[in-house]
Order: sequence, then C-alpha cells, then structure tokens
Amino acid sequence: MEANQILFIAIALLTVLSAAMVAFSNKLIHSAFALLATFTGFAMLYVYLSADFLAVTQIVVYVGGILILILFGVLMTHKIYSTTKKTAHNSLIVSLLGGILSAGLILFIISKAPWAPLLAKGFNPTTAIIGKEILTGYLLPFEIISVLLLGALIGAIYIARAEDK
Amino acid sequence: MIQLESFLIISAIVFSLGLFTVIYKKNAVGILMGVELILNSVNLNFVAFSKYVDAHINGQLMAIFIIILAASEAAIALAIILNIYRNRASVDVTQLDEMKH
Repeated sequence: MEANQILFIAIALLTVLSAAMVAFSNKLIHSAFALLATFTGFAMLYVYLSADFLAVTQIVVYVGGILILILFGVLMTHKIYSTTKKTAHNSLIVSLLGGILSAGLILFIISKAPWAPLLAKGFNPTTAIIGKEILTGYLLPFEIISVLLLGALIGAIYIARAEDK
Repeated sequence: MIQLESFLIISAIVFSLGLFTVIYKKNAVGILMGVELILNSVNLNFVAFSKYVDAHINGQLMAIFIIILAASEAAIALAIILNIYRNRASVDVTQLDEMKH
C-alpha cells in the first residue's frame, strides 16, 4: 500500500469515528467538540477530491462559523457545570433501526448502481473557475442566495433579540 | 487507487449517523448537529461526483451553495432555540407541543 492510501484510510476513520462520537456521546459538549474533528476530516477529504477552494471554505465556514454558533448554543442553553448530568435520549432501538435501514439502503444502491465511466482528472486549482462560473452561469442562484442570506441575517437578529417592554 | 465508491461509502455512513442523531437526541442543539452531519455528507457526494463523473465542476459549485444554506440555517435555528430556552428554560423537543392541538 502506498502512503497516499494509508493517509486516506486514516482520514476516513477520523471522519467516521468522530461522526459516531457526535451521535453516541452522552454529553452534548462532547458531541460539539467531536464535530470539530468531523468537519476537519471532511475538509481533508475535499483535498483528496482536488477541491482546494472548498476545503478552505469548509474550514472557514464550518469550523470557524457554524461550530462556534453550535458551541454558543450548547453553552447558553445547557447546564454544563453539572458534569454528571446526562442528556436524555429517545429510544435507542428505534433510532438505531432508522440509521441502519438508511445505511443498508444507500450501500445496497451504491453496490448495484451502474456508474457512468469515471474520468481521470488531475489536481488543478479551481478557484479561478469557480469565480468565473459564479458570475456567469450561476449568476441567478448567486443573487438569490445573497437575498436569502440578507433575509436570514435580519430574521435571526429579529428572533434572537431581547424584547423591550 | 482511491475510487469513487470509497467516498460514497464514507458519505453513506456519515449520513446514517446524522439521521440516527436526529432521531436519537432530545436536545434541539443535538438535532441541529445531526442536520449538519447530513448536509456535510451530501456535500461530500457532490464533490466526489464532480471529480470522478462530471467533466466540469458543477458539483463543487452546488456544494458552495449548500454550505451557504447550512450557515444561514444554523443561525436561524439557534436564534429560535435561544428564544425557546428564554421562554421555557428547556430545549427538550419532546416537551414542545403547544402548537400540536
């Protein structure tokens, strides 16, 4: 085995195991920190897929933004100082059944599907292509998503602010 | 050689773990974490197909839009969760049934 493949297996294990820790951890704060490893693992997998811009975006947006938001959510709504307190859960059997059923279905489809012939693309920089595409072919989705972001920004501030009485 | 299938299998496992998290957790922030796992696994699928099947990079562009949607979704969801916590001092989703009847 080449070093390339060993590294890939290590990254895949990191991603999957930390995702499992998010799912099975009894304390929400542990799940939040395991999410850090999952997001970083996905960024490394994007590097393997020659998506350099997306890997950096993943780190900046997910690890730097969404994870911080989630940690804020955990810290502001959860009584973290009582470390013995465990989070209540729904039925384990029903949840496991749902997860295993969906995993089985997707893996079955992956094994049976006739995939299109694969391309052998090299590792090329993508940032310039993405910038050109967003302002030409994907201009309408880009504009719609900017309006959506503005709406989400105003909406989140309006919902979260303290009401003045 | 690293194949398309290896990425699809990782993505399928993480998707199922995310679905499990959404069903299993009672805390609203935990459910939000499960949704983030699901969105990430879908993104991995898009980027993998963009590398191995598509001659252009449409999958990566779609993944960028999904990342933006996930960010705004997390912000709105946490605003709603904080508001619920302020009113009820709990974020247990099984207790929230005022709008059910």
